[in-house]
Amino acid sequence: MSDAAVTVQAKSLAKNFGRRTAIAGVDLTLSTGECLALFGPNGAGKTTLLRLIAGLLKPTAGTVRVQGVDVRRDTHARSLVGLISHHSMLYASLTALENVEFTARLYGLPEPRAAARRALESMQVSEGARAPVRTLSRGLQQRVSIARATVHEPSVVLLDEPYSGLDEAGAAALTSLLQSLRARGATLLVVTHNVVEGLALATHAAIMTEGRFARFEQRGGAFGAGFDAQRYAAEYRELVRHAG
Amino acid sequence: MQGRTPGFLAASWIVARKDLAIELRTRSAFLSVVMFALLGLVIFFFAWDPTAVSAIDLAPGVLWVTFTFAGLLGLHRSFGAELQDRAIDALLVAPVEREAIYAGKAIANAIFVSAVLLVAVPAVALFYNLPLVRAVSALGLVGVLAAIGLVAIGTLFSAMAVNTRMAELLLPMLSLPFFVPIVLASAQASTRMLANRPFVDEVLPWLKILIAFDIVFAVACTVAFPHTLEE
Repeated sequence: MSDAAVTVQAKSLAKNFGRRTAIAGVDLTLSTGECLALFGPNGAGKTTLLRLIAGLLKPTAGTVRVQGVDVRRDTHARSLVGLISHHSMLYASLTALENVEFTARLYGLPEPRAAARRALESMQVSEGARAPVRTLSRGLQQRVSIARATVHEPSVVLLDEPYSGLDEAGAAALTSLLQSLRARGATLLVVTHNVVEGLALATHAAIMTEGRFARFEQRGGAFGAGFDAQRYAAEYRELVRHAG
Repeated sequence: MQGRTPGFLAASWIVARKDLAIELRTRSAFLSVVMFALLGLVIFFFAWDPTAVSAIDLAPGVLWVTFTFAGLLGLHRSFGAELQDRAIDALLVAPVEREAIYAGKAIANAIFVSAVLLVAVPAVALFYNLPLVRAVSALGLVGVLAAIGLVAIGTLFSAMAVNTRMAELLLPMLSLPFFVPIVLASAQASTRMLANRPFVDEVLPWLKILIAFDIVFAVACTVAFPHTLEE
């Protein structure tokens, strides 16, 4: 694997909040088009890891690079990253379209309104686009949030519990969007509690406990045929039970 | 689809426009701040003994005290919308300078408090029977300079206080000591302007102090702002 293909690289990454260790020396390398499904119990450090990679947190030790660049230092490199969290990160008083258009403007996209419309259509939110976000259901807000995070077609998409609150159609739209992002070469990092859902797209799978990777697996392709996801889920539950 | 990321001024304006759009949509903060300012002026008016202090001496002080507290009320909400559903995270991962976020917030706040002044200054002129044109020009000019300083400081401390449990208490406690020189210089300059005192000898020195504070606070707060966002 050449260095040029490496999209996300974390070396000896650590993060403490006061005396509490959230991330205790994580090494991670993901290349173009790869997808890591990250599992772990609450408080394992999954969200903190995502926030470190997104540049929202300053590491206590170690480094994080996205396409070889420290996103905390290089403002323009932040346009490589898209972040989806269990928080909607939307402004409740603005409409769905205004929220996504605002993001499109921040990323300097040409024709921001058209880009926002396309992103909302890809998440099947065309009808609610002109409604203030506060009037939308939790599931629709999550769809708008996904449209907001992917409107600039990022090279690295960080997803924290992206399926939470989504109905069947929303989940299908998200899976389809993630597949198309991967097909375009985007690197995905998905935090989820749903093992089967997480493994559907993943090329890598990791279980995190106490700020470390307790288990890390990598396959040539996706964890699809020939991989016993149910067994992995049972092993995951067992590992979490022991860690707890 | 990688766009051409906006420069400092463009990014600031995008953030400011978004904040103003939110305020225009809800109007809740503006109405409550204007009401607070008008009620403050009314209470001062009834508490005032017209035989003890002349209107020209009293009116500027009343305006700047009311304006300062009303401004604090408005500034408090500046980062409130960002914390709801963690919209601030989306702002921080965007390819814009942290300083541009601060500048955008400050521009929106400056427009907001200037709009409050547009209502408060004529109201002061009315209550204290001041010549309207002179009052508007004197208080308006000083008001713009005062607003810049108040907003520069208030926006920074609003970002610092919003993450705390006692933000309503912390914002005034942090801000008011820094507001003192601005309120003092504003009151002195406007009193002298309303009394038709010599501009160069008596008004200009206070205006220079105001301008100096504005420049120092605007620069210092812009530089300090990115550090308030570190976790």
